[in-house]
Amino acid sequence: MAEYLILIWEDESGYATASPEEWQAGMEGHGRFAQQVEEKGGTIISGRALQPTSTATSVRADVVTDGPFAETKEALGGFYLVEARDLDHALDIAKLCPAPFGGVEVRPVMDMPSR
Amino acid sequence: MAGTGAAADPAADDDPAADDLAAGDDPAVDDPAAAVADAHRREWAFVLAATARVAGDIDLAEECVQDAYVAALDAWSRQGVPRNPAAWLTTAARRRAIDAHRRGRTLRSKLPLLIEPDSQPEAPAGEEPQEDDVIPDDRLRLVFTCCHPALAREAQVALTLRLVCGLTTSEIAQAFLVSEPTMAARVTRAKKKISAARIAYRVPAAAELPDRLDAVLTVVHLLYTTGHTAPGGDNLVRDDLVERAIGLARMLQTLMPDEREVRGLLALLLLTDARRATRADAGGRLLLLEEQDRSQWDRRAIDEGTALVTGALRGGRPGRFALQAAIAALHAEAPSYGDTDWPQILRLYDGLSQVWISPVVALNRAVALAMAQGPEAGLAAIGNLERDGHLTGYRYLPAAKADLLRQLGRRAEAAQAYREALTLTSNETERDFLAGRLAEVSRPAGNSGGPGGTP
Repeated sequence: MAEYLILIWEDESGYATASPEEWQAGMEGHGRFAQQVEEKGGTIISGRALQPTSTATSVRADVVTDGPFAETKEALGGFYLVEARDLDHALDIAKLCPAPFGGVEVRPVMDMPSR
Repeated sequence: MAGTGAAADPAADDDPAADDLAAGDDPAVDDPAAAVADAHRREWAFVLAATARVAGDIDLAEECVQDAYVAALDAWSRQGVPRNPAAWLTTAARRRAIDAHRRGRTLRSKLPLLIEPDSQPEAPAGEEPQEDDVIPDDRLRLVFTCCHPALAREAQVALTLRLVCGLTTSEIAQAFLVSEPTMAARVTRAKKKISAARIAYRVPAAAELPDRLDAVLTVVHLLYTTGHTAPGGDNLVRDDLVERAIGLARMLQTLMPDEREVRGLLALLLLTDARRATRADAGGRLLLLEEQDRSQWDRRAIDEGTALVTGALRGGRPGRFALQAAIAALHAEAPSYGDTDWPQILRLYDGLSQVWISPVVALNRAVALAMAQGPEAGLAAIGNLERDGHLTGYRYLPAAKADLLRQLGRRAEAAQAYREALTLTSNETERDFLAGRLAEVSRPAGNSGGPGGTP
């Protein structure tokens, strides 16, 4: 098994203008996702929603700037750290991850030699 | 197919008694260098794919296979060419991989390959391959790994040429007109991603197969089109890329005989390539389909392609390669451009645009529409494409538009479209063609310049 970080990139304005019902549906979607990952034979190691990008700070080559890295409409809105057999398994899991206003990014987690 | 039988023992290197392994009266024995070159072209994928499984590391596998080919030149010169060169090479390469593992190089393995435990029982690293080992055909694993959708298309193409076809980085760089360091970096990055992201060395499960196969077929098709119309430079066709693409399509057809789209792709490549000799005149000028000497088309390729199309269209809704092949088959069978079954071609394009939503298909459909129903109908369809903007910068859009305007005698508009097309292509042969047409419509209108008039 290996560890993968699933990064959720979405258009933040989707949530800013979402109704309470849409919020509720979103929460339920993530609850369902957690269940489906178990069924797929993967493991969610950790997962968090992130504060909007207005709260973000970037550091590029020691220069600290306000805002997120990506200059796109989508912003990093949350993540799951999952354990999966291989990239295909991780991508299978990632396809289940709700991101109605954008998409997700899958990053292999670096295996630190000190382990 | 070579390589599936018992392996000749390359340790025969040191054993003159192994002479009986040599195909004594094969003419290739007289020329071991030619036999090695031939085995490089035909068997590289088989040997590397089978060695990767034992080496467990892509770079180590490549290195061992290279060494095996070098050793073959020497051994085959002294002992004759073995009956089964692929098996000989595989056993030699695997032995080197096992030796490398014994010497502890595994610890420093840079690009570990994720080998599925579900694969057939396999001699684990460290065990001698037996002479009667049946070497599994892992070429599909190799192809699907190279064309994994997590790799960028250009990386898929480069890896396929490098690992499946055995081309050098320098050869691949030349084929794609990029510098060798650029191509080397591209190949290294792709190999690292396979290793770091753990892209498994396997053939995808049935559920993912259609999508994954489509990626493989797209890469092979892209290789073909890159060779067929070189993006720059003064040769219209790069024969080697074209032949590699057809070779890959044939290989896939052998390995996946029941996949209709594989059959469709092979048919499409054969039918398009049947026209290769007639695509330019003696001076290198590009000839359009309507100008080509149909008697010079390769009948054997057409017959083979047409037979494959029939199979590819049967048994359910045909895929995009089968439909494109069917269109190519109609062109190949037509006695002339005008006498082509345009209404049928238009119907096939309608089918194609349902299974493959692509502005390029829409443009080709517009050309077929112009042939079936007249240039105005085609021009209207092209106008819609211009407005939706997906083809902005695509050189064949202004070129097709210019041609229809020329046919309608709208010379000033045609000239403007030819000029636009000229700014978008760097292929010298295509540029010459467009410049010739531009000169033609820019000449002061003579008596013959009326609507539909052809000078």
